[in-house]
Amino acid sequence: MQIPAEAIVFYALTAITVLSGLVVVTSRKLVHSAFALVFAFSGLAGYYVLLSADFLAAAQVLIYVGGILILILFAVMLTHRIESLDIRSETLQLLPAIAGCGAIVVLMLLAVYRTPWAVKEPQVLTQTAQSIGSLFMTDYLLPFEVASVHLLIALVGAVIIAGKRGGQ
Amino acid sequence: MIGLHHYLVVSAVLFALGMFAIITRKNGVAILMGIELVLNAANLNFVAFSRYVWGGLTGQVFAIFVIMLAAAEAAVMLAIVIAVYDRFQSIDVDRVDSLKG
Amino acid sequence: MDLATYVLIALFAPLAGATVQIFLGRRLPRHGDWLCVGVLFVSFVASIPTFNAVWANPAFKLQILSEWLTLGSFGIPLGLQVDGLTGIMLTVVSFIAAFIHLYSVGYMHGDPRYSRYFAYLNFFTFSMLGLVLADNFFLIYVFWELVGLSSYLLIGFWFERPAAANAGKKAFIVNRVGDVGFFVGILLLWTQLGTFRFEEVFKGIAAGQMAGPLLTVTGLCVFLGAVGKSAQFPLHVWLPDAMEGPTPVSALIHAATMVAAGVYMVGRVYPVFTPDAFVVIAYVAGITAFFAGTIALTQFDIKRVIAYSTLSQLGYMMLGLATGGYVAGLFHLVTHAFFKALMFLAAGSVIHALHTQDLREMGGLRAKMPVTFWTMMAGSLALAGVPPFSGFFSKDAIIGATLGFVMAHPQHLLLALFAVGGALLTGLYAFRLMFLAFTGAPRDREKHHHAHESPPVMTVPLVVLAVFAVGAGWGGWFERLVRPPVELPHGPAGAHTLALALSLLAAGLGILLAYWTYVVGKISAGRVADRYRPVYTLLFNKYYVDELYAAGVVRPFLALTRGCAAFDLGVIDGFVNWCGRFTRGVSRVQGWIDFRIVDGAVNLVGNAIRAWGAVLRLVQTGVVQNYILVLLGGVLVILLLKVL
Repeated sequence: MQIPAEAIVFYALTAITVLSGLVVVTSRKLVHSAFALVFAFSGLAGYYVLLSADFLAAAQVLIYVGGILILILFAVMLTHRIESLDIRSETLQLLPAIAGCGAIVVLMLLAVYRTPWAVKEPQVLTQTAQSIGSLFMTDYLLPFEVASVHLLIALVGAVIIAGKRGGQ
Repeated sequence: MIGLHHYLVVSAVLFALGMFAIITRKNGVAILMGIELVLNAANLNFVAFSRYVWGGLTGQVFAIFVIMLAAAEAAVMLAIVIAVYDRFQSIDVDRVDSLKG
Repeated sequence: MDLATYVLIALFAPLAGATVQIFLGRRLPRHGDWLCVGVLFVSFVASIPTFNAVWANPAFKLQILSEWLTLGSFGIPLGLQVDGLTGIMLTVVSFIAAFIHLYSVGYMHGDPRYSRYFAYLNFFTFSMLGLVLADNFFLIYVFWELVGLSSYLLIGFWFERPAAANAGKKAFIVNRVGDVGFFVGILLLWTQLGTFRFEEVFKGIAAGQMAGPLLTVTGLCVFLGAVGKSAQFPLHVWLPDAMEGPTPVSALIHAATMVAAGVYMVGRVYPVFTPDAFVVIAYVAGITAFFAGTIALTQFDIKRVIAYSTLSQLGYMMLGLATGGYVAGLFHLVTHAFFKALMFLAAGSVIHALHTQDLREMGGLRAKMPVTFWTMMAGSLALAGVPPFSGFFSKDAIIGATLGFVMAHPQHLLLALFAVGGALLTGLYAFRLMFLAFTGAPRDREKHHHAHESPPVMTVPLVVLAVFAVGAGWGGWFERLVRPPVELPHGPAGAHTLALALSLLAAGLGILLAYWTYVVGKISAGRVADRYRPVYTLLFNKYYVDELYAAGVVRPFLALTRGCAAFDLGVIDGFVNWCGRFTRGVSRVQGWIDFRIVDGAVNLVGNAIRAWGAVLRLVQTGVVQNYILVLLGGVLVILLLKVL
């Protein structure tokens, strides 16, 4: 039985993503979690390539790995003494969480397999960047503009909230 | 053949992991990581449905909006974490319970 | 500068002095006496152009007007006017007041409230000058009251002494009785004529807009004000008591300001009085003139003798005004101002030297105090009406007017008797005082030994005033300046000659009697007193007027107030207390209901909610993850329902 290349890549990506996701969730050291998150995000970028969403894969790497993760690392560094290497993250309500999350996985899987999806034959897509760009400028112009304002507000708000040092 | 189900299963697992982090971790930054996992799980769903069910690029556009929101949220989170740390000398969320009844 | 400016300077200089003095007096060098004396001389100098103007043209009239208060159609004008009478009064008042101020520098030397004294004195003068200048009833009433206030302050100046404090209160209250009359009179005039201005009031009366009994009553009301201020019978009681004030104040009150105000006012509003009113005024004045003279005979306090003589002379002035001697009455006001100020200041000089006011402790001062003696002598001669001293001319004119009136109306013969008898009494008491104080052997050797002439700051005013006391009657200047505002009836031709003869005779007889009694000793005062003991006692006790007031007014009033107080305490307070107790009982019941039932219900609700809230708050842990976990549970339930 020949195993198609797509399947090998998919299962490899799945292994990377789920394992690093587990590390993110369970590691006691925050820095470890953060670096595991890098791999999880990268794995997701791989999925996007498989799903022939090339622009999205690039955006995933640029924004998540290059931007958000740096922010998270900053948050870790700024709020803890850098010298203390084991910055521990403790846990609470562990058992109910395990039960709840397990249940939710089971239920979701049930839903996934029970639903009769109207699956189409996937189109071969190339050059998504240009199409997405024209979609932003036409059909999704309003959400695009709202999103830009939203980013500006978030930026200003972040500066104001973080700028109130030593207040009260 | 890798199909829609595979992606949906991976997405569900990632969602559950993120949820687990949100519920159990005390550290605010760790909770944020959980949130990012949940958002990425959703994104994976969007893209997978876009590819296998819907066709077209709508799902990808939504995924880009989600990434953008995540970026904004991360920036605000950083600010909040700094402010909370400034005030409580800790970012353990169970210590920040001024609203406790 | 035009004349109006001078007038305003003359009026406001003393006010400025008083204002500065009351605030800064104690910090000024010499406690500011130079300032207060200075502004008075400024005032006097500023009044000279006015006098010149009226002298050059007796019909001269200057008016300074301004609207003070306008309420719709009702306006109160503030106005000053200068005519012949005002010109004279302005000059005389500021002149005499200036010298009294100067004299006070010596007399009040060393007093603890030296600076305040001068502030009051300045204010007193300001009030009088304003009263003289006012051209309407409203303003004259304002200054009228200011005069009353400042007299109260000055009479009670030594308020540590109960007698002085009481005298101040008495002067104020007795004056108030008169002021109420004045006020009612002004209001009557206003309601009838709608104006306060003298000119318009006179015009209205001349045009017959107000006449008959109403006008008579109005005139008598206005006169009641003068009765209080000029100390006419029966409101004269405050004046002798006012002797408790410092002697220069007495001089100011008697000569230039307070008592002159009443006479001046009657002269100023002359057309308001009807002939009927004048008859009443004449009798009041005659009684005052005669009986005050009789009281003066029996008094031993040097200042009281002069005070009663003032009463008597004020009676003369009023008598003159009331019997058609308009010019004579006001002329007597001016000459009397000079010689009475002089006599008070001289008496003050004696008191200053001897530290006693009792005539029985004096005697033989002539050699010790020559200036005081000779100036006092000039004053006494003027008072007695001996030619050519000033008092002769004015008093002679008054008696002339009275005799003329009596000849025209023989039923009022009593007035003539009062007038002539009063003249005799004047000579008698004036020289009784002179002989007792200055001649014969000293009766108190100790005091006599220490007596000495007063310092120049006191004697110079005496000499200056003495010159005027002698010469103020000469030359007919007063008749030139003052014209009656209404046509006066002329008495029979012979009246004046008869008056001349009678007044000379009366004055001479009075002086002679005094000489016989107190110098030669042919008549023993003591034996006369013994023979007519009841009369003497009556006179010595001033006809018991004060006691009459005490019995007739004060005590019934006190009884009434006590009755009111008892009623208030017993009935009204009782009712109020009963209301209070009743309310308290009702509210106690209400309180019980409120506390037990209403509050109970409210508390029940509150407690129930709180208990329920205590349960609910357990859910609110403050840890977000708890909430999320619960949320997750909810989602699970929904999923279960959907999937299964």
